[in-house]
Formats: sequence, C-alpha cells, structure tokens
Amino acid sequence: MPDKNLRNRTAVIGVGTTPFGRLPGEDPYDLGAWALREALDDCGLSAADIDGVIVNRIPDYQRFSEAFGINPRFALSTPGQGRMSGVSIQIAAIAIASGMANTVALVYGNDGRSAGDKYGGDNDRYGSGGAGQFFPYGMTSPGAVHAMMFARHMHQYGTTSEQLAAVSVAFRKHAALNPAAVMRELITVEQHQASKFVAAPLHLFDYCLINDGGVALILTRAERARDAKKPPVYLRGFSQSSKLPDSTFPPEDLWYGAMQAAGQEVYEMAGVERSDLDALMIYDNFSPTVLFSLEGFGFCKQGEGGAWMQNGRLELGGEFPSNTSGGHLSESYMQGWGLNAEAVRQLRGECGARQVPDAKLIQYMCAAPLITSIIYGRDAA
Amino acid sequence: MSAYLKPLPAVDARNQPHWNGARAGRLMIQACSDCSALRYPFSKLCPHCHSTKSEWRQASGKGTVWSWCVFHRVYFKGFENEMPYSVVLVELDEGVKMYSNLIGVTKEQVRIGMRVRAVFEPATDEVTLVKFEEDKS
Repeated sequence: MPDKNLRNRTAVIGVGTTPFGRLPGEDPYDLGAWALREALDDCGLSAADIDGVIVNRIPDYQRFSEAFGINPRFALSTPGQGRMSGVSIQIAAIAIASGMANTVALVYGNDGRSAGDKYGGDNDRYGSGGAGQFFPYGMTSPGAVHAMMFARHMHQYGTTSEQLAAVSVAFRKHAALNPAAVMRELITVEQHQASKFVAAPLHLFDYCLINDGGVALILTRAERARDAKKPPVYLRGFSQSSKLPDSTFPPEDLWYGAMQAAGQEVYEMAGVERSDLDALMIYDNFSPTVLFSLEGFGFCKQGEGGAWMQNGRLELGGEFPSNTSGGHLSESYMQGWGLNAEAVRQLRGECGARQVPDAKLIQYMCAAPLITSIIYGRDAA
Repeated sequence: MSAYLKPLPAVDARNQPHWNGARAGRLMIQACSDCSALRYPFSKLCPHCHSTKSEWRQASGKGTVWSWCVFHRVYFKGFENEMPYSVVLVELDEGVKMYSNLIGVTKEQVRIGMRVRAVFEPATDEVTLVKFEEDKS
C-alpha cells in the first residue's frame, strides 16, 4: 500500500477540458494543449509554474513540452491505454510527494474519432501481443473480450443483458444533465435491448463513444494548493494492482481478486468506508466493466452485481451516483481522464444540474489488466 | 479455388511448429523443456521458470468452451459473408486457452462448458487453422 502519510499530501488545483465530439484538424498535441490552457486558467497558474509533465496518448513528452513552451524537471509519456490515466495521476502524486516536482501537468489528447479508430481489425493490439494470432478466427477488439467476460458472468451467475442495461440507462440520464456530453437523449432498457449487437452479448449501448477531445489536470502539493484560484481537491488515497499473467485472454476471475486487493488498500489509505462515498467514477469502456468493478471493489457480493445495480442505485439521487458526467458510455470516451475531471468538479460543487449535493468523497476505479483506484476528498481533514 | 480473403496468421520461425502441426492434423503447443509448463501464444521465455529451452508437444485437442461472443460488426472484410459469426475461447484439457471457431454448431447452440475437440480446417495450401467441434463422446 502507498505510504499512508501521502494521504492528502497532493491536490488537484486545475482542470481543463476541450469540447468532446468531432474536432477535425486537431491532433493529440493540439487537444492536450487546448485542455492544458483551460486547466492553467482554471487554477490561475502560468506555464512557468509547471515543473513536471505527464502526457498520455500524446506520443511524445519532448514534442509536447517544446510546443507548449515548458521546461519541466520531470517528464514522462504513458501509453494510450485507458488504464494509464489512473497510473499517470498516481505517478504525479508520488513525484510531488518525493520532491521531484512541485506542480505536475497531466495532459491527455485523443483524436480517435477524426482518426477513424475502430479498436478492432488489423491494427488491434489489445491484449498482450497475441491478438494477431487470433485474427484468422475473426477474434479482435477489446469489446469482444469484454463480451466474452460478460457471457461468462451470465453463465456463472445468471446475470442478464436487461440487468446490465441499468448502467447505460443511468449514465445516459446523467449525460442528459451535462451540456458537454456527446449523447444526451434518454434511453430505456427496451431501447438498450433493441440496439444492435456489436459483439453479442454486448449491444451498441454497452459500448463507449469514440470521440476527439483533451483533458488536463494540474496537481500540486497540498500546502501550495491552498493558494490556487479554486478550492483544492485532495488525493486522499490511491492504489494499484494487476492481473498480467495470461492476460492475452480474459482473466479467470474477471479481475475480482486484483480489485479486492486494490480496494482494500485504497480504502485503508484514505481511511474511508464505501458507505462514506458520495459518488463513484467507474471506468466504463464497456458496461460490464462497471458490473465487474462494483463486485471487485466490494459494493456487492461477487455475482450479485446484476441485481444490485437495479432501481436507480447508480443514478443521481440513488445510493451511489456513478459517472455523473455520463461517463465513457454517454459523455465521451476520454480513457478515464474525463471521469477524474468530473470527480474534481463534483467535489468543487461545479456540476450544475447533475451536482451531487454536498459531495465530499468520490472514488475513481478502473478495472483492466492493470487496476487503479483513487479516492478524492474535498476536505483535507 | 477462389481467393482466401480472411486474415492469415503471421507464421514465423517461433510459431511455425504450431502451424506445421495443424497442417499435419496435430495440435502442437509449446512446452518448457525444463519445467514442462505449457504456454500459448508462443514466447521465448518460460513465464514459470524463465528457461529459454522449449519444445512442442501434441495436445489432446480436447477442451471446454470457456466463453463465446458473436460478431455483428465487420472488422475483417474476409468475414463479411459470414456475418454474424461466433468466436469461442476454448480451454484445452492441458490448461492453455485459445480463441477459435466451432464447426457444425450454430451460434445459438454454443454454450459455455461444451466439450469440444480440435479439427483441422485448411485455409490455403500453406495454412491450416485449428478449429473445434462438439465432442459428444
């Protein structure tokens, strides 16, 4: 577990997002730079205050730093996988806590929609490099891997696609309240069921929305954070775990064991219980990932997630409002960055019609071969 | 014979024994020469004991369907005429998994836990794929 002394030692002081959708002519560097300008404006800092930078999905920290005119002490590029948003934020916190940097810019840019990303076919590299061996059988795409995992959950526990629809329906309700969301028309369980299959048992509405956009966060040490333009949002706890052996194939336990481990550590580091949480930001590349996460992080028992998610439990006003921005399923697939930005904005009380009243503690979690979780807090106490 | 339009495996020196085996009607899986652990897909190093010595062993070809999905989106043009098609993940009795297709079973009949056995389906003169059929024995 990360040192408990790191609890509340770092804070997010700036958040920036571009519009999400089709933004032709903007490459990942441009989108990241756009978001970073917004984030600097949000916290009142200038580029000269940035002494650390982590770029994600933007290919090269060197080119980005050159283009933005920053000369950080600490710089890193992380691969364009959604699991890397949580990793990047945690590395930034550790760099700050260790004294390697004071103020780190986390910058994400994604031109997937304009670039025509399909996440399947000849260019698919999901898995650990074995994918090409299975193209002759027609196997490709992270969506198909998650479809197989959900089919397994259906078989083992009797979970149904109608139960899973609760995720897509809830997040769409939230997106309807978020002017930045790409898909804002309400959907019903019936519409989810009637939406075409992509990789059955998953329907179109179980898939995230590939779009263009950028997100930036600015992290600094807690004592500096108090001088920022807006109230800081503290990193109260964070953890990682993984399930990398045999990860060419879906995990036997749908990542349950690794999530249990990450959950135990993040709650202990943060000193909070699940019931203390005001909202959840759950990585939703595909809706089953939400189901697996709720079980893995212990919100319900393994196998009971399908029934547990019903009756508005994940909706605003429910027990655990989740992905209040609409998430990847309805706001935009920003690979975890949009969810972390939403956590910060909720804790600042900036979310307007979708605001969780008096939100104090929010957990981000990402289920993948590399699992991350972060608990954000409004108060440093 | 009309042109084969589906993707073909990238056969190289490392994985060639698997594909040679398939052409000869044998399911060949890489095994560590030191600790005997099986591995698939192919890798230089044994992830269990780090030995770089490996050999190829004939698997029984028998296994169980671990999971399935049905593709309704065309990712490979060569599959266009078969839409929608199913892919299964088979767990061989030896413990390793592989993605493949079931033959002689409609996509509605595919179920997790189904016992299957390997069958060898020539794709081209050079390449034979390892597919599976229901094992009713």
